[in-house]
Amino acid sequence: MSATAHPTTDVPPSTGSTAVPASPPSSSRRRGLLGALPPAVVLVVLAFVPFFLAEDPTNILTRILVFGLFAVSLDLLVGITGLPSLGHAAYFGVGAYTAALVADHWTPSAPTPVLMAAAAGAVAAVLTGWLAVRSHGVFFLMLTLAIGEITSQLALQLDDVTGGSNGMSVPSVRFGSEPFDADFRIAYTYWYVLVVFVIAFAAMWLIARSPFGLALRGIRDNEGRMRSLGYTPFRYKYVAYVLAGGFAGLAGGLFAQVNRLVSPVDAGFALSAITLLALVLGGAGTLWGPVLGMAVVVIVRDYYGPDLNGHGPLVLGIVFVIAVYVLPRGFAGIAGLLRTPRRRRDRSIVPGEERAA
Amino acid sequence: MADWFDANLVSILNGFAIGSLLFILAVGLSIVFGMMDVLNLAHGALYLVGAYLAYSLLDGGATWGAFLGALGLAVAFGLVAGGTLSVMTEPLAKRPILDQALLTLGISLIVAEVLSIIYGNDVYRIGAPPGLDGSVSVAGNTYPLYRLVLIGIGLVLAVVVWLVMERTSIGALVRAAVADREMVSAMGIDNRKVKIGVLAFGSVLATVAGVLGGPVYGVRPGLDETVLLLALIVVVIGGLGSIKGALIGAMVIGQVDSLGRALLPELASFILFGALALVLVLRPQGLFGPKKVAA
Repeated sequence: MSATAHPTTDVPPSTGSTAVPASPPSSSRRRGLLGALPPAVVLVVLAFVPFFLAEDPTNILTRILVFGLFAVSLDLLVGITGLPSLGHAAYFGVGAYTAALVADHWTPSAPTPVLMAAAAGAVAAVLTGWLAVRSHGVFFLMLTLAIGEITSQLALQLDDVTGGSNGMSVPSVRFGSEPFDADFRIAYTYWYVLVVFVIAFAAMWLIARSPFGLALRGIRDNEGRMRSLGYTPFRYKYVAYVLAGGFAGLAGGLFAQVNRLVSPVDAGFALSAITLLALVLGGAGTLWGPVLGMAVVVIVRDYYGPDLNGHGPLVLGIVFVIAVYVLPRGFAGIAGLLRTPRRRRDRSIVPGEERAA
Repeated sequence: MADWFDANLVSILNGFAIGSLLFILAVGLSIVFGMMDVLNLAHGALYLVGAYLAYSLLDGGATWGAFLGALGLAVAFGLVAGGTLSVMTEPLAKRPILDQALLTLGISLIVAEVLSIIYGNDVYRIGAPPGLDGSVSVAGNTYPLYRLVLIGIGLVLAVVVWLVMERTSIGALVRAAVADREMVSAMGIDNRKVKIGVLAFGSVLATVAGVLGGPVYGVRPGLDETVLLLALIVVVIGGLGSIKGALIGAMVIGQVDSLGRALLPELASFILFGALALVLVLRPQGLFGPKKVAA
């Protein structure tokens, strides 16, 4: 979770003007074509998963994608913008309940519930982020913790609407008016989640690489300097917070439709905590790392959990402690180590750069 | 007004009892937090260890020997745990605050799970030591004597901690470290030793609070998260590293929690977190925090 030395911050800082450099160096363009290969392979493999995986692993993979999307939205906040939130599950919960209510009272037909969930998550972030983003350091941790707790308390206490601690059940997802064929329900649900995941991940990837995303990284690394360059950090952080809230809401909406039961726990501190673990494991600021981290978390908790006699959190805790020490930049850090020699050579073109970095 | 006071006397006394316990918990957290920027999320787990210690020893019969034995064991465990935490967080001292917070979160998950493996998921009640297990009459209301004693212990501890912090050279050292750590180490004082001492002291307070709180709240899985949240709220409202802030914050939160539950049961937790949000908006550094905002 180091604040420096992320692969994408290698772009030389622009001096003066607010325009962030438009044309990347040619070496990275060539690398871009090669770099597009692994994601494409992963995508193809993911698309064919239901043909070669049994139902249980497919279900687990569906959950990994749902929670992975949530982890990416948190990464937008923690890794890219440098806002360590302990209450991000609040927006996940808002999205989940919104999707549940929309599916229940209006239509369970995709993608209406998840779109409404994303909108609700963003609105919730607009209302609460205005307050949270003003604070710094540990106070931000505390305020977001409070926001998370208030939200799960709300879910618990508005039992006329949310069903209180029993939670509320959600009609199964469907396209148009027909429910999924029972034989292929798991596969269709998986593909539905995969499509939403890919679109949302691509959107966040683009946001993180856009001039706006670079400005966010700048604020993360040196807020004072960005301010002196003419940026208004509050506005940027606020927008990032709202975007992250919207994507968290989207993930929550997916969760509601996949899990078909939403309860106050889904907005609680435990989810925020294990998602931070996923970020630590995977490497914050990379967007793809947290998905891998979340995969480990979900597999330990949901797949091996029953074998561990309900003591999955024990394993997670141990993994947590080890990861904080051993993987300061997560799995992404390991990938970065493999790539380091090449980047060194790129760097030494600019004299003095190596010593400065 | 007098009628209202009379009708809610029990709730008010409960508020002070909760406040006393919260003070004991929060003051340790606050000093560690304000001084070392270590957000010790394992503080609640240490409380839970203390509470289970009290249960183990007092289960056979609530005697004074067992109660004092539990307190002694809690102190010993707290010292060891504080030293361990200090050593474990040391390599992360230069990393972002989130990393240390996450390390302690991982530790608290492990501790809580180990406790639940040992003790299961049952809710246990813990008896008060003999002589303190009865009730007394307070202005016409019967009230458990132990809770009154707890209020007394909290106040005595507040005075002791205040005296140590304000009137001894050790206290001056700790205050100086809260105000400006670099300067203290420039004066030739080993910050790591101060940190070990402060973390050990804070951890002892947490485990002792667990034993003391046992007869009031019993012990159950998940209690660690509840008390940690309350203690964190107290610390933030009171201000980092401030003893006075921790005391006033604890009493305010104790009253808000207790009276809120009695008068507006469905809104109690909103009032709690609403109070936190309000303080943070009006005074981001807490009621009695230092002017500099920790980054």
